[in-house]
Amino acid sequence: MTATVTVSVVSERPAALAGMPRLPWPWAAAGLGALVICCAVGVLVGPVHIGVGAVVQALIGGQVDPGQANILWSLRFPRVVLGVLVGGTLAVSGAAYQGVFRNPLADPYLLGAAAGANLGATLAIAFAPGTSILGVNIIPLAAFVGAGAAVAGAYALGRSVTGLRSATGLILAGVAIAAFFNSIQSYVQQTQTASIRQVYSWILGRLVTAGWDDVLLILPYVILSAAAIFVHRRLLDALTLGEDEVTSLGIPVRRVRLIVVVAATLGTAAVVAVAGTIAFVGIIVPHAIRLLIGRSYRVVIPLSMLFGAAFLVLADAGARTVVAPAELPIGVITAFLGAPFFIAVMRSTRAAAL
Amino acid sequence: MRMHQPGASAKLAFRFFAVAFVSVFLVASCGGTPTSSTSAPASHFPVSITEPSGAIVTIAHQPHRVVSLSPTATEMLFAIGAGSQVIAVDDQSNFPANAPTTKLSGFTPNIEAIAAYTPDLVVAAEDTGSLVHGMQALNVPILLEPAARNLDDSYLQIKQLGLATGHSTQADSLVASMRSQVGALVASVSKPARRLKVYHELDNTFYSVTSATFIGQAYKLLGLTNIADAATAATPDYPQLSPEFIVSSNPDLIVLADTKCCQQDLNAVAARPGWRAIAAVKSGHVVGVDDDIASRWGPRIVDFMRAVASQVKQIEMAA
Repeated sequence: MTATVTVSVVSERPAALAGMPRLPWPWAAAGLGALVICCAVGVLVGPVHIGVGAVVQALIGGQVDPGQANILWSLRFPRVVLGVLVGGTLAVSGAAYQGVFRNPLADPYLLGAAAGANLGATLAIAFAPGTSILGVNIIPLAAFVGAGAAVAGAYALGRSVTGLRSATGLILAGVAIAAFFNSIQSYVQQTQTASIRQVYSWILGRLVTAGWDDVLLILPYVILSAAAIFVHRRLLDALTLGEDEVTSLGIPVRRVRLIVVVAATLGTAAVVAVAGTIAFVGIIVPHAIRLLIGRSYRVVIPLSMLFGAAFLVLADAGARTVVAPAELPIGVITAFLGAPFFIAVMRSTRAAAL
Repeated sequence: MRMHQPGASAKLAFRFFAVAFVSVFLVASCGGTPTSSTSAPASHFPVSITEPSGAIVTIAHQPHRVVSLSPTATEMLFAIGAGSQVIAVDDQSNFPANAPTTKLSGFTPNIEAIAAYTPDLVVAAEDTGSLVHGMQALNVPILLEPAARNLDDSYLQIKQLGLATGHSTQADSLVASMRSQVGALVASVSKPARRLKVYHELDNTFYSVTSATFIGQAYKLLGLTNIADAATAATPDYPQLSPEFIVSSNPDLIVLADTKCCQQDLNAVAARPGWRAIAAVKSGHVVGVDDDIASRWGPRIVDFMRAVASQVKQIEMAA
């Protein structure tokens, strides 16, 4: 339904947008190649050594040692697939938020999604451990609901204050909601010291999962979210022209903003629910693409999906090998690898594109 | 922050009087007889106790208003018959059932709230939030008994608490009884044909313990190989293990110290992806223990070791 509306708007797209570049196919191929290589690294490395031959045999259904097959199919493959979904969604949601708010510092957690998810997960860990609803563990459910509630709260608050005339009102509402949720989360964590290790582990993010269950749990939301943002990529380009100008061209700015924010929030809430609040991916991946390849959302959106997925799969391979057989929280790796890389990109491009 | 301002100024006032009081006390005691003996028999006060940190704590009179901010110390105090001298214990001290649990926190201690009980001895596991400084300013003796590294540390703490409260005889007999029970349990586990492997789980994000920890020492005494020791290089005490490493290590025994925090049991473990292949899961040797017993270093360690030893014997008999 969203798609039809969008297509009709886009079909009468103004001439001003005609000059925006399309996705160059060599970059699309490079993104796909990076994703394939990172996934290969992801399935090949880990605290348990499994050779290339065994991995290939497992994938094509050949004869594999049952112990290795168990580790590959129950633990490593679902973890890599989850990394693809989480990384792609965080990067694309970050790009979408940056487009909607025309704010380079926007990330998927801008309107309080992380604070809401953290609070939901902390409450579930502290007060309802081990319970599940309809066969689904309560922690991801609570995180999903928390993230959605925080962003809905920020949206309602922003609209009541500024009537959504400016994105700034919405961002400030998000900051206020996040601070409020964080304070409650800190209080609960302080009073429930027995669960502090679990909460900490959750907040720093991890792809240690319930295997394929988590993948299937978030798959519908991730697909819906990515598809909705993908079809709006031309309108995100249009938004860069400025709100008044775009409105005068007949583009329903507020509706576009609402649809994209809802889509990005849905995806973010879903991935945060199973992987915790992994930092930095939603900021650096889209910006690195803007700096190195191009600013058009027709470039940034699809490439964020590919490179975001590749980056997180690689970061997770690091998380489970750097201190093997122990694990590091993946948020430690994303920031530790991501920040120097991003600085290098900024220096090499002389920040011309910022 | 603003809320703490009145507290801070009250603390300053307290400190002023405390310093004045201490000065008077020092002048008075200079003329008196020397007052220290580590080998003092029960109820012969004053006593001096050397903490693991090297600090010396002097307790002038037998305390009758003891505040314990450490769940382990609470268990030890009651086990040596000093329970009647304990007037308040922290919110985590849930054993024994008749311990006077209060809202006091050992995690974020509030000096004023502790002072309100007018204690004559405070026992804590760690010096957080300037606890020691605050108590010294109030001239209340404070004894730190930090997390034990092994059973000997634990025995020493029991004896120190006995000395501090005038129950040295009971403390000595408790230690003797623990020693003989532990010895019997270790002896009861016959030398197996191969070393059995154990995985100890602190929570369902796979935090575990190495042999460098108190609980890890218990496994070592019982002749078990701890799979978490492979992670010692990067994370010496409490590593968060990779699930594929746990599965491929194939432990013979899984001990769940997350039965209360995370409601884990054999069924929950068997439902984890890939875990059905583990020997302990196949043979049902997944044993739940009380989270608290496994995270403290008190007298109930004997119960914990008995539960583990009985599993080890079952596994050996089945083999």
